Amino acid sequence: MKALKQLLGKTLLATACLGTAVSAMADVLSDIKARDEIRIAVPQDFPPFGSVGADLKPQGIDVDMAHYIADQLGVDLTIVPVTSANRIPYLQTNKVDLVISSLGKNPEREKAIDFSTPYAPFFLGVFGDQSVAVGALQDLSGKTVGVTRGSVEDLELEKNAPSDVTIQRFEDNNTTLTAYLSGQVNLIATGNLVATEIAKRKPARAPEAKFMLKDSPCYIGMAKGEAALQSEVNAIIAKALAEGKLNDISVKWLKAPLPKGFGA
Amino acid sequence: MLNFSDLLPYTDMFLGGLLTTLELTVLTTVLGILVGTTCAAIRQYGSVGSKRAVAAYVELIRNTPFIVQLFFIFFGLPSIGLMLTPWQASIIALTINLGAYSTEIIRAGLSNIPKGQWEAAKVLGLNFRQTLIRVIFTPAFEKIYPALTSQCIIVMLGSAVLSQISVEDLTYAANLVQSRNFRAFESYVVTALMYLGLAMFMRYVFTLIGKRVFAFREAQ
Repeated sequence: MKALKQLLGKTLLATACLGTAVSAMADVLSDIKARDEIRIAVPQDFPPFGSVGADLKPQGIDVDMAHYIADQLGVDLTIVPVTSANRIPYLQTNKVDLVISSLGKNPEREKAIDFSTPYAPFFLGVFGDQSVAVGALQDLSGKTVGVTRGSVEDLELEKNAPSDVTIQRFEDNNTTLTAYLSGQVNLIATGNLVATEIAKRKPARAPEAKFMLKDSPCYIGMAKGEAALQSEVNAIIAKALAEGKLNDISVKWLKAPLPKGFGA
Repeated sequence: MLNFSDLLPYTDMFLGGLLTTLELTVLTTVLGILVGTTCAAIRQYGSVGSKRAVAAYVELIRNTPFIVQLFFIFFGLPSIGLMLTPWQASIIALTINLGAYSTEIIRAGLSNIPKGQWEAAKVLGLNFRQTLIRVIFTPAFEKIYPALTSQCIIVMLGSAVLSQISVEDLTYAANLVQSRNFRAFESYVVTALMYLGLAMFMRYVFTLIGKRVFAFREAQ
């Protein structure tokens, strides 16, 4: 009986210790500072956000952002390559402190993890030649817009554009892109990554972002309930936005400045 | 599993596509046969130089895929400053294509006309124009009429490719509808039936025209 009591007592003590350990770990920010190291998950299969460069080192928007955050915190950076399927499990099992992996925010995801403020633009919009003066949906009136058939931007355009817009639908992103490059259309509705691709292929005809159809910027993901970490990361992002670092990253990888009102 | 009623809201789209395909077909059949007849005459009776030019055109078109010709006209020509609308590019591409194939078909008919027929017409005092139309082309066309009909139908079916450059034809309607309601099988079944109907209709019309044009046969 005594032995049993002792065992029970030890178990309770062990559980209590474990409890303290867990609660000590729960403040990820102090852990990062104590460890003098931050572990950040980045993609390596999704350019321009994260890919492997010619020097076999990870590169991209997310990687630049990870370096910036580690610098600002004054700790060492450990890059953990993840895929879009395992990036959240890595966070939830405490294998990484932050996930910078072109994460989009939605209510369902917000139940599982917390998000920072946005750090990179990701949107569907209308892009076009600099000569075309278009600033909003109603300006499209009487104009022709190329789009990839069946895409989200196609549906958005059909739903919201004025009725006298000519929507030219092409088979796939490449044909839409060709239609723009050959000058068959001077406006296209597409994602900002496709617009980046055009800017890379033909800088002279780099499309200008006219306005957004659907905004879904990228956020940094972190474990739920880490208020200290969240406010620290948000402060770093706000600083990066203010000092033009976010814009530099966007220009470097997306070949376009941040859209107007980004992060507002 | 199959649910054709999901297509009903898109009836106008299908009919609009059908009409566009029909318009394109009628226009390019007429233009294509004109080009074909002219080129066949040149290839049969023209000078050495013009024969070679026509031969080059025919071989170039008959030995390259239609979609490449279409993309060349629509996406390629703007680089030398020639900007065409999807509709214009389609008319030109279809006409050039049918022109090349029908040149060979019509030439086969012309080469089948014995030299004696020219001589007979001359003896009867017919002028060149009369000889060409009544004595040479009419019987030549009669011989190759079924082949020509088939070629025109093939071009009509080939026009499905035009949806690639955003021409709102029947295939475009089918692709758009299935991208909207995910009823791919249903929308392609309906489209296939419409093409089938269109092809049978064309054959019927060609037969009617044939009966009129080649009425001399029945009078014999």
